[in-house]
Amino acid sequence: MKVGVVTFPGTLDDRDAARAATHAGTTAVSLWHNDADLKGVDAVILPGGFSYGDYLRCGAISRFAPVMEKIIDAANGGMPLLGICNGFQVLCEAHLLPGALTRNHELHFLCRDQKLEITNNQTAWTTSYKVGQEIVIPLKNGEGSFQCDDATLAALEGEGRIIARYVGENPNGSRNKIAGITNERGNVVGLMPHPEHAIDPLTGPTADGLGFFTSVLNAMVK
Amino acid sequence: MAKIVVDVMLKPEILDPQGVAVSAALPRLGFTFAKSVRQGKRFEIEVDGEPTPAQLAEVEKAAEKLLANPVIETFTVRVEK
Repeated sequence: MKVGVVTFPGTLDDRDAARAATHAGTTAVSLWHNDADLKGVDAVILPGGFSYGDYLRCGAISRFAPVMEKIIDAANGGMPLLGICNGFQVLCEAHLLPGALTRNHELHFLCRDQKLEITNNQTAWTTSYKVGQEIVIPLKNGEGSFQCDDATLAALEGEGRIIARYVGENPNGSRNKIAGITNERGNVVGLMPHPEHAIDPLTGPTADGLGFFTSVLNAMVK
Repeated sequence: MAKIVVDVMLKPEILDPQGVAVSAALPRLGFTFAKSVRQGKRFEIEVDGEPTPAQLAEVEKAAEKLLANPVIETFTVRVEK
């Protein structure tokens, strides 16, 4: 199974995302922002970083990159798509996920190991977890506060589309402590913390993040 | 040459931490007039000659699609002489 990892100018975490995909038993394929070609991949990861320098708004320019047109079409057709951190911001700007990520409520850039609770294990990216399971993975962002209107929040809550919440103090002011959400179909997931940095205790705080990458393998094998 | 100005502001219900920080800094400098401060963005777009209604409609479209994120922001378009 082939998992594409997109590199935009300013992307930082593409190597770790590719390493995580490989570690989980899939084949990582590099995708370049300026190529309107998905190279036959079965799933795509939009990794973290500061694509286009976060100019205008985080993810606002990347959302119109040539590769994104193909990705949006494929995701609308059911292809699994995971956006991590800046990738989550791109998914919101592309309207594949509702809401937006805004400046952390206390204006600090955060970089720390963060405890999360998995709240939906029915998506293409979360079947390796149990609902209620607590995991620890790095959180590092300046604009990670998930915001949306009341009707959207009620829909996300009512339809079980919040896939992970922050445990303990709300680190960035996200509504209802939202760390990650999914679309109606469950193939598109956006997550602010970084599972790709926690796949191996040698290089990360835990191996808790690996489940996102094994989940997508299971989703495709089924 | 005319200038088309697009002002983009966060919607009132969206927390603006930068505005809050500015609003907290003002009284520390002795400026006590502000009840609250909201921070926004301003785009200045130069065009040749007087902007036509068609051009302004295009700018509206561009603002909706790129310059502002309508999920969290509102915008206004005006011509500045």
